[in-house]
Amino acid sequence: MIWIVLVLVVLMLGSALAVLYLRDLLSAVAASAVVSLLLSLLFVFLRAPDVALAEAVVGAGLSGVLFALVVRRLPKGADA
Amino acid sequence: MHATDLFTIGNLLYAGAAGLLLIGLYGLVAKRNVLRALLALGLLDAGGNLLMVAVGYRPGADAPIAVGGMFPAGMVDPIPQALILTAIVIGVGVLALGLALAVRVYETWGTLDLQVMAERIAAGDRRSRQDNIPVPAAGSAVSETEEQSA
Amino acid sequence: MKTKRELHLGGLIFIVGLGVLLAALLNQLGFGGAPMEVGQGMNALGGATTGAGNIVTSVVLSYRGLDTLGELTILFTAATGAGMLLARSREAELADAAAPGAIVRIAADLLFPFLLLLGFYIIIHGHVSPGGGFQGGAILAAAYFVPLLTGAGRGLDERSASLIEGLAGAAFIAIGLLALAMHHGFLAPIGPRGTLGHLFSAGSLPLLSSAIGLKVGAELAGVLAHMGQLEEKP
Repeated sequence: MIWIVLVLVVLMLGSALAVLYLRDLLSAVAASAVVSLLLSLLFVFLRAPDVALAEAVVGAGLSGVLFALVVRRLPKGADA
Repeated sequence: MHATDLFTIGNLLYAGAAGLLLIGLYGLVAKRNVLRALLALGLLDAGGNLLMVAVGYRPGADAPIAVGGMFPAGMVDPIPQALILTAIVIGVGVLALGLALAVRVYETWGTLDLQVMAERIAAGDRRSRQDNIPVPAAGSAVSETEEQSA
Repeated sequence: MKTKRELHLGGLIFIVGLGVLLAALLNQLGFGGAPMEVGQGMNALGGATTGAGNIVTSVVLSYRGLDTLGELTILFTAATGAGMLLARSREAELADAAAPGAIVRIAADLLFPFLLLLGFYIIIHGHVSPGGGFQGGAILAAAYFVPLLTGAGRGLDERSASLIEGLAGAAFIAIGLLALAMHHGFLAPIGPRGTLGHLFSAGSLPLLSSAIGLKVGAELAGVLAHMGQLEEKP
């Protein structure tokens, strides 16, 4: 059981670093959706199914879509 | 105390939550792009939520939901779950407002880079909505003559 | 463009110090040993008091109902602020005029009703299984994105969305005031309890869930509509 948690936590922290250090903004948005997905799996492990459902829908769904709708309207040179 | 004593599920989860908090905080402080700062704010939210739900956990207990009409014997704490449910939805509301602000800021100052934006604000250098060309400040005759003489 | 990554030194020192503080604090806290006194009380009495099989839903809607009301207010303020900031004139609605292909259109038309069904299912069953108003409302808002892909502004009439949002919010407060008028207290659970785990149980809790779900769904769908109508890049 601990190995599953280890893999999830390591992947989550790796994706969090990728959010900050990926150059393309759209890839960073995708990485943040991955963080939310792994976080919702951790919530399932913590016996919190309502929170997992909310985090999966909001973090991996709505949040990513909102960001992507904004990012696609920006010119390419606006990344940092 | 051996190193393997530290390798427990609780320490892993707390380390994950603290890691998210620290990474989000560093991103918020260090990044110059407004959208990346908003992404880091989302990471900060995620770390705080994980920490609170992890505090409410009790080993060997079950989710606080009745199965087949009966509640399980041991249940985890329902209060942090209810509070974090609210916090997640508030997080997406804040994100929506932040994105709207970022869009308007980009249209007004023509850049998403915070340092360049600070310089342009200090110089009073706005952009028009469509063409990204400088416009004089609205309703100010002095700046208009300055524009003509510049 | 910078090719070398520069590190923000002050930020690094700050998070190292914060990391040490968090480590000390969490070491003191321990894992899985929280006293949980109020939580145990709610676990023991929640099912019998409200008749809901999902204790987290009963906490959200009746024990901490005022927090939910505050959260609905915050979400309303944020969505209204975003709408005000992103207000556009009418001709910008047709900015995204690229016609989608036949596959996207047909798939979207087939998928949209199922997503709506899933959202309503999770809202209605919030008191017997994991789910509830917020989750189902967010799914409804995410379901709206599918017709958004096939053409900006299609599928959501903004006026009817704000009407649904306002009526649902007013219904939530009206049910709470009804409970107050019946001398139980604001947002106390009223109505027939029923048997635990059945769909028609827990009195007013499914109604509160439905109100929250419709409100959250309409609000977030409105925000998505505004984001989807942004102008072309210069």
